[in-house]
Amino acid sequence: MDIQLKRGLLDVCVLASIKNADSYGYQMIKDMKPYVEVSESTLYPILRRLEASNLLTVRTAEHNGRLRKYYSITQAGRQRIEDFKSEWNEMVSIYNFVTREEDADE
Amino acid sequence: MNKLQFISELRGRLAGLPCEDIENYIQYYSEMIDDRVEDGMSEAQAVADIGSVDEIVTEILRTTPLAKLVKEKVKPKRKLRTWEIVLLAVGSPLWLTLGFAALCIILAVYVVIWAVVVALICVNIALFATAAALFACVAGLAVSSHIPEMLMCLGAALIIGGLSILMFLLVKAAIKGTVWLSKKIVLGIKSCFVRKGEV
Repeated sequence: MDIQLKRGLLDVCVLASIKNADSYGYQMIKDMKPYVEVSESTLYPILRRLEASNLLTVRTAEHNGRLRKYYSITQAGRQRIEDFKSEWNEMVSIYNFVTREEDADE
Repeated sequence: MNKLQFISELRGRLAGLPCEDIENYIQYYSEMIDDRVEDGMSEAQAVADIGSVDEIVTEILRTTPLAKLVKEKVKPKRKLRTWEIVLLAVGSPLWLTLGFAALCIILAVYVVIWAVVVALICVNIALFATAAALFACVAGLAVSSHIPEMLMCLGAALIIGGLSILMFLLVKAAIKGTVWLSKKIVLGIKSCFVRKGEV
């Protein structure tokens, strides 16, 4: 898949993995796994980027005697998901156009 | 490899990065290992599942801007003494020009590589144009019924047309290769900065 396209999609995937409840890194990777394979080293820069753009916030909390980082989505993050949904409609209509041309060739 | 070995190897390989960044990476990966162990994996399994230190370091270097690495490298670890400042100032005509020359050489090599690519593109365009001109000649000669000359022109046009198509493939590969090479060079320069930090 095109790198730029995938990058944008992964940003939304990460946001979607925390849209219902706060979560932590490993849980997010596990939640996304059935849909998209994301490695730790791919997730890290995404989390930093989303945090820098204020789409999510980070807090450190104690868990079983150690520290764990929890991520929560911000209002701007929810808006990003909504934007993605409306962009998606446009993508679908482009896809329909592209595949219709293929059908016509056959 | 256990968690401690993994963390210490990662720490060593990232030594050229700002301290704060190193701690963030260490905290992140050690949390990931702990969470896997909590999920039922053994420590060795958890470490293996995270991926190799090599891959992780490459990915970190790819996403760290070169400017950040340079800044961290040139930042003095302690305050400079007076005689060091004097020496730096006195020596500046020498080291400044040498540094500038080194920078120019690197830039020149890069420009030369791209110039070769641009030259290849120009030759290819010229070949296409020649082939097109020869086909035009073929049409002209056919109209004026100079058949032998027309056949010779047609042969030449087909050969040059074929060559230009082959060359197009070559140029495409050259552009791809140069872009790939540029990425590798940047990654190589970045890893130089990190490696030297180990000392």
